Amino acid sequence: MKLYEYQGKELFKQYDISVPDGKVVEEENGLEDVKIPFPWVMKAQVLVGGRGKAGGIKFVENMHEAKKAFHELMGMEIKGNKVKKILVEEALEITEEYYISIILDRSKRSYLLMFSQEGGVDIESVADEKILKIYVNPLIGIQDYQLRKLKNREIAKIAKKLYKLFKEKDCELVEINPLVVANGKVMAADSKIIIDDGALYRHEELPKVEEEFTELEREAREKGIAFVQLGGNIGVIANGAGLTMATLDALNEYGGKGGVFLDLGGTDDPEKVKQAFELMKKANPKVIFLNLFGGITKCDTVAKGVKAVLDKEGIECPVVARIKGMNEEEAMEILKGAVITIPSFHEAAKKASELGV
Amino acid sequence: MAIFVDENTKVVVQGATGHQGRFHIKAMREFGTNVVAGVTPGKGGEEVHGVPIYDNIEESLEREPNTSLILVPAPFAKDAVIEALDAGIKTIVVITEHVPFHDAMEFIHYGMYKNARIIGPNCPGIASPGKTKVGILPNMIFMEGNVGIASRSGTLTYEIVNALTENGIGQSTCIGLGGDPIIGTTFIDALKAFEEDMQTEAIVLVGEIGGTAEEEAADYIKRHITKPVYAYIAGRTAPPGKRMGHAGAIIARGKGTAESKIAAFKDAGIEVASFPQQIADMIKNDALI
Repeated sequence: MKLYEYQGKELFKQYDISVPDGKVVEEENGLEDVKIPFPWVMKAQVLVGGRGKAGGIKFVENMHEAKKAFHELMGMEIKGNKVKKILVEEALEITEEYYISIILDRSKRSYLLMFSQEGGVDIESVADEKILKIYVNPLIGIQDYQLRKLKNREIAKIAKKLYKLFKEKDCELVEINPLVVANGKVMAADSKIIIDDGALYRHEELPKVEEEFTELEREAREKGIAFVQLGGNIGVIANGAGLTMATLDALNEYGGKGGVFLDLGGTDDPEKVKQAFELMKKANPKVIFLNLFGGITKCDTVAKGVKAVLDKEGIECPVVARIKGMNEEEAMEILKGAVITIPSFHEAAKKASELGV
Repeated sequence: MAIFVDENTKVVVQGATGHQGRFHIKAMREFGTNVVAGVTPGKGGEEVHGVPIYDNIEESLEREPNTSLILVPAPFAKDAVIEALDAGIKTIVVITEHVPFHDAMEFIHYGMYKNARIIGPNCPGIASPGKTKVGILPNMIFMEGNVGIASRSGTLTYEIVNALTENGIGQSTCIGLGGDPIIGTTFIDALKAFEEDMQTEAIVLVGEIGGTAEEEAADYIKRHITKPVYAYIAGRTAPPGKRMGHAGAIIARGKGTAESKIAAFKDAGIEVASFPQQIADMIKNDALI
């Protein structure tokens, strides 16, 4: 779960990391309540990067300019994300800019703290030799000798606090870019925080942020169904994340474009199958491609669930089904007539692609 | 031979008395697995399909298990793994999905400290056909033979194994590494073991988008692996920034694309299949030459 900048900065404050004076504004008259002396910086709150380049940050000198900026920002869409909140902050007189972050390093299976003198730019564009990398063992945590490598007591203190936040709040990523020196004080001028979804159950104190998902994706999340909306018009239902991805890839081989990724997982619960089909119908695909491999999940049980939905509620678009594994014959028999059954993976992908054109 | 689990494997199941536990104890025994004990706190003294249940791992040691299968819900997974490690269990298979990443980090590092092998989390387990199975993989797809498989996916692996079996190509060991970003056993661990395993003659890797494990595996293969390797990568059409079902299947900050992984494999001289079932054809064709 991604946090907005202002939410991340709230967390920074809780961990005694300095942030600029600021206030979140959602309506124009909210600007009157901002008790911060001008000049201000007004920052569109979105969950995607590249905000500055898209014009989502404005500097203003007075209320007249602030109101104008407010309307410009509120109407904006940044990479498909509508701006609904603006963070108004004191404009800082920045003398130095740094970069600091902590992530889960997948290959080393450790925490990785990164620090660079080149703050304020995308870390991907910074040369590797200009990034200080410190790997932290998750069992013993960050050590003082590691913090000394930062060669700055104030930054070391912030790194230590940031590590505490990272660990205690189950973060996948915490990033301060830029970490600035303004009026002699080290401050977080921005925040980027991603919380591990799997750990949200133990963080009820955190805000719930779901804006990065579409409405249907949110509905699916509530129902515990892995569901991703893509650009195309073929809805794919398969069991298992890898198989669902492989099915989308197979469509592409025949010129088909996946519109929905729906992973049924290990379920053969007819109710879950029904929910999955209902979600898929709402996404309005031109054709549905059902690709099942039955192992522990028996094909015929899933087929019964599918048949029940089709019988009861009908479906406007064609359904191509390819079913393999445990009880495949029974499943094919159940679905015969109701859907187009094709035993081969390639052939079924080809057919679904043709119907999707 | 075979890797990580074989005919000497004696399994204790943690989370043995739930629906999953009961089902898979039965399925494993049908496969031929020696399931010696189950553990569920508060259920000590019961039996599941003839397997004695204990309140904790320490008490189950009288049955001399050497491998644990973890089926407990995510919030309790870390505790269960550490309990097994502290009891001296050296091979632990974690099926549980949605384990918090920080918990996985901790038990994986504790496992290293205890010199144990942890497989998973969020994996289907491991099967050495003709010998044993520790996990939830379906029994009927396997056939004993000499192809080793390591995969980040569940059903996709079953598809591939099934296609191999249908083509008369048997398997030495099939290991599901798990779909999470932080996992105990990596492609490189599996490759190293398959290279040393006398039974294994060819290796299949099933990867997907997210992270750089495939790129690292390709580099390792170039330098250390003499046996033929075949690969499949899922997610060629996945968009960046979206989690594709598995917690680890996400292209983040430009890293983890299928293109990069396929290019790395090809650069290491490894054949990459466009369809999962194609792996079987590739192995068959090479065998004919």
